[in-house]
Amino acid sequence: MWIYEKKLQYPVRVSTCNPMLARFLIEQYGGADGELSAALRYLNQRYSIPDKVIGLLTDIGTEEFAHLEMIATMVYKLTKDATPEQMKEAGLGDHYANHDNALFYHDAAGNPWTASYIQAKGDPIADLYEDIAAEEKARATYQWIINMSDDPFLNEGLSFLREREIVHSQRFREAVELIKDANSQKKIF
Amino acid sequence: MANKTLPDDYYQLLEEIQILDFTLVELNLYLDTHPDDLEAIKQFNTYTRKAKELRQQFEERFGPLMHFGHSYSTHPWAWNEPPWPWQV
Repeated sequence: MWIYEKKLQYPVRVSTCNPMLARFLIEQYGGADGELSAALRYLNQRYSIPDKVIGLLTDIGTEEFAHLEMIATMVYKLTKDATPEQMKEAGLGDHYANHDNALFYHDAAGNPWTASYIQAKGDPIADLYEDIAAEEKARATYQWIINMSDDPFLNEGLSFLREREIVHSQRFREAVELIKDANSQKKIF
Repeated sequence: MANKTLPDDYYQLLEEIQILDFTLVELNLYLDTHPDDLEAIKQFNTYTRKAKELRQQFEERFGPLMHFGHSYSTHPWAWNEPPWPWQV
């Protein structure tokens, strides 16, 4: 069961209509290392992972949906007042032709989201290493987007999200150690 | 679309909840991998109580934050009322 809460995890503000920035941000909405991939990857891996890390996958997976909503809010605010002409100039003409100003799960280059972005190997170490890598890739993507953004309000929200990737990576690294400890104890008996 | 302008204390109260909730998310993830840390558990329970109290204050003024029986409703059904999170 999931419960929705009518609030963002962290406030999202933008300075001005800027469909070009929205186009870059879409990478974290429907891209390979984006928030949708993260949420679906972790929540799906839960069913075959040892009990001691199910809580962590559940909680980080759930937090990723809150991040997905923050990205959606950023994209919505950056594009809601954009004219078709502005969308076209920002390189979102292809998007506009298919979706108007609606959001859609694709990456910055327009490739639709696919399940091949994520993996569930049934091997806890393999899965957790994939999760650590995913967090580090998402952190890097946030940095590249911040490097291109001239919107200080937007960057506040993006910096928060970048920091969360670091915390998640750290917790997944600890989960690897918990699994290793459990495995080495088993060998004694 | 949300056309009503929201009072300043909507944002203030919301931010206070967001601050407490962030503390709780952090403590929660930490405890997931450090389940024996009694001090962190005490902090978690303290902030859980504070966050519940603040949510109640917010909901009395600005309507339900949650659905499916986790918040009360006034008449008419308050859940449909804007603003939604991306509208503020």
